[in-house]
Amino acid sequence: MLEIKNLHARIAEDGTEIIRGLNLTVKAGEVAAIMGPNGSGKSTLSYILSGREDYEVTEGDILYNGESILELDPAERASKGIFLAFQYPVEIPGVATMQFLKVAMNEQRKARGEDELTTPDFMRRVKEAAAELKIAPEMLRRPLNVGFSGGEKKRAEILQMSLLEPKLCVLDETDSGLDIDALKIVADGVNALRSPDRAVIVITHYQRLLDYIVPDTVHVLYKGQVIKSGDKTLAHELEANGYADIIGAAA
Amino acid sequence: MNMQTGKTLSVAETALCAAYDQAIGELPGDGAVLAARDVLISDFKEAGLPTRRIEAWHYTDLKALLRAVPAFDPAAAADRIEPLVEGANVLSVVNGVADKRASADGVSVTRFADALIDGSAAAGLIARDGDDTIGRLNGAFVRDGFVLDIPAGAELGNPVEIQTTQNAGQTHTRFPATFGANSKATVIERHVATGENAAFVTTVSDITLSDGAEVTWIILQAQGAADTHLGQIRITLGTDAKLRLYVINAGGKLVRQEIHVVVSGEGSDLVLRGINLLGGETHNDVTFTVGHDVPNTTSTEVIRNVIFDRAKGVFQGQIRVAPDAQKTDAKMSCNTLLLSDEADFSAKPELEIFADDVQCGHGATVIDIDHTQLYYLMARGIPENKARAMLVNAFVAEIVEELEDEPLVEALEGVIAAWLEKHA
Repeated sequence: MLEIKNLHARIAEDGTEIIRGLNLTVKAGEVAAIMGPNGSGKSTLSYILSGREDYEVTEGDILYNGESILELDPAERASKGIFLAFQYPVEIPGVATMQFLKVAMNEQRKARGEDELTTPDFMRRVKEAAAELKIAPEMLRRPLNVGFSGGEKKRAEILQMSLLEPKLCVLDETDSGLDIDALKIVADGVNALRSPDRAVIVITHYQRLLDYIVPDTVHVLYKGQVIKSGDKTLAHELEANGYADIIGAAA
Repeated sequence: MNMQTGKTLSVAETALCAAYDQAIGELPGDGAVLAARDVLISDFKEAGLPTRRIEAWHYTDLKALLRAVPAFDPAAAADRIEPLVEGANVLSVVNGVADKRASADGVSVTRFADALIDGSAAAGLIARDGDDTIGRLNGAFVRDGFVLDIPAGAELGNPVEIQTTQNAGQTHTRFPATFGANSKATVIERHVATGENAAFVTTVSDITLSDGAEVTWIILQAQGAADTHLGQIRITLGTDAKLRLYVINAGGKLVRQEIHVVVSGEGSDLVLRGINLLGGETHNDVTFTVGHDVPNTTSTEVIRNVIFDRAKGVFQGQIRVAPDAQKTDAKMSCNTLLLSDEADFSAKPELEIFADDVQCGHGATVIDIDHTQLYYLMARGIPENKARAMLVNAFVAEIVEELEDEPLVEALEGVIAAWLEKHA
């Protein structure tokens, strides 16, 4: 589903190279965890996958279902089924959460040539998905992410993910700022979306989240490259021994 | 009038003088009113239209900007339109003439033409000062309007909509309104062009809030792309009076809306919110003055401007605090979203503070669309143009939502969305 080949990318503004020859393949149905120390390029990778303009790809390619997505803007990538759950969801005063959800769902449907949702159908879907994630209706009446706690913002991201039904889900440190109960709710939300035709990339610092979202593969990112890949036992190794051994072996 | 001024009149000045000579025989008024009109037009001939050399008009050089003035056109067809909010009592003025049968529940409504005929309006026709071109022209030409009297203690269930519609020619209206002690009311003052022909409109509202009155007054200007709109609202606030004044400009080619507030009652509160949606070649000027004359009063002013194309916006805001007006709390801010390289905005805040124990401040910002917000919306599949429109809308919708009156908020958001749909 996703093939990243020898990717090099830098910050557009100052030219700092962050991703330096990254290779990664994620198959449909797979849950891949990406781990690594601070500054290794994990969040940058998630932004580049979503099409954020602040980063420039200088070499290599990203293939999604066999096609390069480098020329697509974030909206086009989203309507093709790529979803990034943000580490820091953006507050937008003046945009009502419900209006945002409706526009996003319908724009994606339009881009795929599907009919727009009727209001009752839309309301029903939101109500059901919000209940699963224990999101109070009051929260949905507020402007988008405004005044949401850290945990509420993360749950709102997962709500959007479950409503938009993407094919490739990228979760950027979705566990940060969550207490254990919220973590379980979020993990249940993600697990509910696991399916043979959907891939999930979980970016995290900690093993903790991977106890609830059990990955098929684990990749260690360091200085903009994947320096080691393995199965879920790799995450346990990292938890026990830290990154030093792996980084040392790769150097 | 045959006054020799020795000055060369511009095309617009000549047209205004000719319009006066043409109309004066038919404008209503007793001897006192006629005398007042003659003084005003003679002062106008003497001073002419203001230029940038006049401080109050520095950013709106009316002499240069007002190229032509259409003649009166009594035959111009226009119709009243549906109220902005369902259930509102509409007081309609069509092509400058007030509806004879107009009425509003709980309000004494009379026609301003009657006040001109019986002379009771004469004293009010005087201009505010030598630079008051709007007061001067409106006083000389005013033909009709409504006089509203809201009795003490009245609580109006439905809003009153003062509605002027025209499609050509000239319209000059006046709306004096007195809100009795502890009355509660919402008034929508709405000026709409019903066609594309150029019109020249002046309008003056003169409103007094008695002690404890709580009023929401919305000015919604939606003139046509060729129209000139010169509006003025004069406000006096009594003790513990609360006024929420929304000024929304969403039309017109050459627009000046003046707001002059005298805060003369302790404990009173003024909330001014301005939304200026500017596109095409529009020149739009909002000029605001407030005088805090007594202690313990508050005012906040928030102006939001959205500017496309080659439009130009102006905001002049002056807060004066008299020596005795201790504990005044006045805050003014003006935020502008410039959406084209040729769009232009000038903000001129002025604080004149003569008391020492006050909180006063002002701030002005010019911004572009927030790129992180734009990216976030796009990352959810919302195409760039639509995401931009949502953010522009959000920038002004925030202000409207403060009204917390659902039908009114919905109606105004509809006006904003429709404008953006057309111009963005």
